[in-house]
Amino acid sequence: MDPVIELEIPARAEYVGLARLVVSSLASGRRALPEERIDDLKLAVSEACTNAIEAHHEGDVEERVLVRCAEAEDRLEVSIQDRGKGFDPETLPEHPPVTDPERLNFERGLGIPLIRTLVDEVTFEPSSQGTAVRMVMYCDPALELDVDIDHIDHIDLTGLDEA
Amino acid sequence: MELGLDVEEKNGATVLAVRGEVDVYTAPRLREKLVELVSQGKYKIVVNLEGVDFLDSTGLGVLVGGLKRLRSHDGDLTLVCTQPRILKVFEITGLTKVFAIHDTVDDAVAG
Repeated sequence: MDPVIELEIPARAEYVGLARLVVSSLASGRRALPEERIDDLKLAVSEACTNAIEAHHEGDVEERVLVRCAEAEDRLEVSIQDRGKGFDPETLPEHPPVTDPERLNFERGLGIPLIRTLVDEVTFEPSSQGTAVRMVMYCDPALELDVDIDHIDHIDLTGLDEA
Repeated sequence: MELGLDVEEKNGATVLAVRGEVDVYTAPRLREKLVELVSQGKYKIVVNLEGVDFLDSTGLGVLVGGLKRLRSHDGDLTLVCTQPRILKVFEITGLTKVFAIHDTVDDAVAG
């Protein structure tokens, strides 16, 4: 069975940093995820957790947000589950083009497009029980191989010399 | 989580140096600082992001709001940023076309 790590955070802004830290630390342990991709995942987790916490603002702030990380051989899956009213990203208003002065009237709504760009796969599953955002980052097996070769280079061979 | 906000005047511009992580928790402090500076009549603001370790869309929103506020006073808000991980957030969202982003504070102040 693939390892799964779950973290429950209070639906409050001060805990988003903790969720980022846990997921990025876990991802750092994956040799096949380069640093740039870990930064991407960290940002996507921040966006999803921010949305999850804001989903609770209209309801019970004592509710919790579940951050779940599942490691498989070729991927890291992170899901963020809130207990809000359910949020459908397809209903987001479209921003005017960035060159349009009206663009400055939109301070929000960038989180979902960012998530879509940063991770390899994302699904939004809204329901009356809340919203689950499932994000997948695929690992690069070539990087895993590189690190293994480095490891072999550092094996202590002094015993062989003596023989 | 600490957010450092240091203000200095430089050649007619107000330079706001931001340090730390800008997210949903800390961004309100950045917003308050920008509002405070504008209310003091500081209409040319340079936000130095070189000390920022992390910035998400909440931070972007605050900067967009700051730019809008300054433009309404015929002012401007420009940025200093050379960190690829931070620049990437502006690039993905297309905001590199909204903000003037400089490599150094001196360039931003002169711009």
